[in-house]
Amino acid sequence: MTVSELITIALISVGAFFVLVSAIGILRFKDLPMRMHASSKASTLGVICILAAVAVHFADIAVTARIALICAFLLATAPIATHAIARAAYRRGIKLSPETDPDELAEAED
Amino acid sequence: MTCFSDVVLLVLAMGLVLSLIRLAKGPSLADRIVALDLMATITVAVAGVYSVAYRQTVFLDVAIVLALISFVGTVGISVYMGIKTGKEGR
Repeated sequence: MTVSELITIALISVGAFFVLVSAIGILRFKDLPMRMHASSKASTLGVICILAAVAVHFADIAVTARIALICAFLLATAPIATHAIARAAYRRGIKLSPETDPDELAEAED
Repeated sequence: MTCFSDVVLLVLAMGLVLSLIRLAKGPSLADRIVALDLMATITVAVAGVYSVAYRQTVFLDVAIVLALISFVGTVGISVYMGIKTGKEGR
């Protein structure tokens, strides 16, 4: 087993772990902002780890360029999509968890 | 290597199933959108693992297109959700 195979296996394991954690989080957390927190952060990190493992495995400039494109695109669009969902849902008046005690956005918008 | 990639694909499929449960249960429309977005992101990861397991780099093009389409879909649905309330001013 070569070094690049070891790096590939390690990165894919870490990435699959984070993707599974984000899926568990989206199922178990209580309200929408908590679920978005789990989904956006962990899944972005996990997918980028897996794609980095693919780049290490192939060690080819065309593959690495495509993977850099996918990573840049994920990093640029995940915050925009999350922001759009959160803004629309908050304006629509979703129910927050009772543990979100000071709703600072509501105080700021008065 | 094939046994390892089978295990990884199984873990990713478990993630897909868990977010599918949230997609079915989700109390509000926004929960369903978040679950769909997560499913698209997991599918990008599945395409990457497939390309390693079957030594086919074409699956990476699938991943590029999936990332593009899921972003457009998520933003489109959330803008629609904002318009329905009539409060989305800017």
